[in-house]
Amino acid sequence: MQKRIPIKNHHQEIQLISYRTMLGLVLLFLLLATLICRLAYLQIYKHTVFSTLSTKNWLDLVPIEPTRGLIYDRNGILLAENIPVFSLDLLPYKTKDLTYTLGQLSKLASLSEDDISQFQKQLKQHRRFDEIPLKLRLSEEEVARLTENLYRFPGVVVKARLMRSYPLEKTFSHVLGYVGRINAQELNQIDQINYSASHYIGKLGVEKFYEEALHGQVGYEEVENDASGKPIRILKEIKGSPGKNIYLTLDVKLQQVVEDSLSGHRGAVVAIQPSTGQVLAMVSEPGYDPNLFVTGISQKSYDALQNSEDKPLFNRAIRGLYPPASTVKPFFALQGLDTGIINEDYTVQDQGTFKLHNHSRPFHDWVKFGHGTVNLSKAIISSCDIYFYDLATRLGIRRMDHILEQFGFGKLSGIDISDELPGVVPTPEWKQQTKGQHWFEGDTILSGIGQGYVQTTPLQLAVATATLANRGKRIQPYLLLAYQSVDKKLEFNTPVVLPELKINDSHWDSIIKAMQDVVAHPRGTASHYGKNLAYSIAAKTGTAQVSKRRIADEMDKQADLPEKLRDHHLFIAFAPVDNPQIALAVVTENSYVTLEVAKKIFDYYLGVKK
Amino acid sequence: MIMNHYWQKFKKPAYGSRYRSFFQYIHIDVLLLIFLLLLCASGLLILYSSTNQNPKAMHLQFVHFGFAFGIMFVMAQIPPTTLQRTAPWVYAIGLVMLFFVLGIGHIGKGGQRWLNLGFMRFQPAEIMKLAIPLLLAWCYQKIHLPITFKTVLLAIPIIFVPAFLTAKQPDLGTAILLVIAGSSVLFLAGLSFQFMAASLSLFAVLVPFSWYFLHDYQRQRVLTFFNTERDPLGSGYHIIQSKIAIGSGGVFGKGLLNGTQSNLHFLPEHSTDFIFAVCGEEFGFVGNIILISLYMLIVLRGLYITINAQDTFSRLLAGSITFTFFISFFINMGMVTGILPVVGVPLPLVSYGGSSMVTIMASFGILMSIQTYRKLVTT
Repeated sequence: MQKRIPIKNHHQEIQLISYRTMLGLVLLFLLLATLICRLAYLQIYKHTVFSTLSTKNWLDLVPIEPTRGLIYDRNGILLAENIPVFSLDLLPYKTKDLTYTLGQLSKLASLSEDDISQFQKQLKQHRRFDEIPLKLRLSEEEVARLTENLYRFPGVVVKARLMRSYPLEKTFSHVLGYVGRINAQELNQIDQINYSASHYIGKLGVEKFYEEALHGQVGYEEVENDASGKPIRILKEIKGSPGKNIYLTLDVKLQQVVEDSLSGHRGAVVAIQPSTGQVLAMVSEPGYDPNLFVTGISQKSYDALQNSEDKPLFNRAIRGLYPPASTVKPFFALQGLDTGIINEDYTVQDQGTFKLHNHSRPFHDWVKFGHGTVNLSKAIISSCDIYFYDLATRLGIRRMDHILEQFGFGKLSGIDISDELPGVVPTPEWKQQTKGQHWFEGDTILSGIGQGYVQTTPLQLAVATATLANRGKRIQPYLLLAYQSVDKKLEFNTPVVLPELKINDSHWDSIIKAMQDVVAHPRGTASHYGKNLAYSIAAKTGTAQVSKRRIADEMDKQADLPEKLRDHHLFIAFAPVDNPQIALAVVTENSYVTLEVAKKIFDYYLGVKK
Repeated sequence: MIMNHYWQKFKKPAYGSRYRSFFQYIHIDVLLLIFLLLLCASGLLILYSSTNQNPKAMHLQFVHFGFAFGIMFVMAQIPPTTLQRTAPWVYAIGLVMLFFVLGIGHIGKGGQRWLNLGFMRFQPAEIMKLAIPLLLAWCYQKIHLPITFKTVLLAIPIIFVPAFLTAKQPDLGTAILLVIAGSSVLFLAGLSFQFMAASLSLFAVLVPFSWYFLHDYQRQRVLTFFNTERDPLGSGYHIIQSKIAIGSGGVFGKGLLNGTQSNLHFLPEHSTDFIFAVCGEEFGFVGNIILISLYMLIVLRGLYITINAQDTFSRLLAGSITFTFFISFFINMGMVTGILPVVGVPLPLVSYGGSSMVTIMASFGILMSIQTYRKLVTT
């Protein structure tokens, strides 16, 4: 069968297809133009925007924690260091089932109840995206076991880190303080950028005061990330600077002697080098182990410290407020001489009581029947209260306050650790303000023997003693001997010299001679300090009553009193007298060991020097 | 002299009185071959970077190219008249395989596009890219052009049955290309402008209904196209990252291997559908223009062959092949730059993968056959 084949008009068809091809080509170029416009828009017009977006995609700045500066004593003995530890950390936002993970992890590493509760505590207050240490100081075996199994626990990491450590533990607890995790309150105060990689901050003592120098400056790594946020490589490192090392004026061995001699008692000792104002030792007993606080102290241990009757967390050296008692007598005597109200030969008849006109109750001496005829020297040597009652009424509270303030009482000493208390030098205005009462002459009289409202810290006593030893030259006490920068150069601290006390030399001589006799004279209150000493020493004792005023001869019955009601004892001294190398204030609560403590310290310090 | 002697051997007369060159003898169009080689070389360079210099991927892509160029060479040897005779059979076999694949897809779970022939996996939809224009050209060869309303109606099932089956797989990208391949034949065959306008309006009316036939992920893509920021980490992620890659390239690009978007895996599918973004990131606007120019050289050569083809069948076929090639890279670039919704169309001859490459090179083989089997008629 043959189909009917229509005759095709080839020429017309060729023209049609050619025409349509050209038409298609035009359409095609229109589409192409759109595409090229789009490319130009993206790559030329919007280039900067997309370029920024692209960089933001892959570039990350990762902060690097600066290494904290070390702390040395004056002889270069390490007081605070950074030790490398392996810790088991958890990133809470990456961990799905927390309780399951904790349960599994405790099979691989020994997790104490303390670790867990500590972790739960930190979980509530940690910074977002911060890892929380579950256990610090993993053993090598634990590290091995854990790293093998880590893939099973997303968000769990074993990290090598530097941990603050205080090798001498209790000895420097109060002075050095410690570092701890940055808490919510501190987070608002710190420089967020500089602390972006830091987890620890100085909480107390030197660690807190010199935080800025010890912390250093944060560094950065520019890290290239892939789409899953995994770091691929480090592109650039912007170096930060490690914290500066610091040398303290403290002397480890002296500090240890002080600690040993004070141990078993509550009290504080501050030793100052009078010529420089450097604090040689500062101890508050009992102390605590600051290392506990670095890892995060457990609630139980903290409660134990907090609730202890001995108050180990309390830094008595700068915050303990004690009546200076008889230790203020040399200062008032000096004021009496300086103002000319008394002279060396002025005497008072001491029959055991001092009666103030229009005051019904007499003031007692600490010896029932008095010391008889008492001149200045004898008044200091035997610590005659009646003499100083008399002097107080003659001086008046203003002049008494004046000399106390000049010796640094009643205000902050300016020492370079925080939280110092200023104590109290009472004025009539002060009494009106705080007690709402008028100032009575009886208050002046009590102030005359360092009782009543006067309150000082052991540090202030030591500073005043150093000023006495310097015969009026005053230097602000300090703990920082020198900074050590990265290039190992030492940058010494310059002491702050305060305005000098201008008092006639002969007056200094009389007072210091009398203080020497406090120890040397057979009837001196510190005569049992020791005989045939290798060094000359000037001192003054003090007894601050804890229980209500007693009759003086009940003194012997101290041992019968409950411990907490026994007197506080104070002792200030410096030695050698001609060339004072150490000025000391010792305060012991409810205990009469001040002389023994002081003797051990002087014997050690001056023995070494010779 | 000796060379000349061998040269003479190939210069034997065929189909006419003129002597033919060596390349004509082996039915290779030299210009088209050069353009294709240039494009493939550029593609390999981009792929080298986008795969992070993965030697295995490069090696495989070389194998793909070798195979595809082999297919092109084979296709170039088949005279257009043979193609014309076998056109209905090719279409019929393709359609059967398409149904077959769909059947397997129903048995297995999820989408099924592949037919495993043992030694290679094979995508029947790819055959249809050639089979549809072949069959339509075969049909219209037999009738008077321009086509009438009746003859157009004949084309509708020829185009839409395989397109529907392909879209069902689901492979929307290929389905669209099938429709383009068929429509371009109709366009060349003189489809009336009224009809075009009518069908475009019909399309516009039908589009909202097509929503119900789309897969969920396809709906997401469409929504994302209209508002990229809708779901920046989900369906919008691709296009946002791709725009960042292209935009951050700037005029001259970040340089080979320096593309952070692709090398650090921010850009998904950076070796397949989104490879154009890698080109844009590393070689910038200039690089993109060069790449587009290479494509356009091929297209222009294709259209030249179309116009110079000697019969209606060849012209319709060559024109359709060329337009489809243009549309396929245009759709890809359009979706990567965010002016078209994301449909899975690879960048021809540059994206990693062998399946579409084989079809494309086969179609260029046909172009070469059309060009070299011409009877040299002097007019």
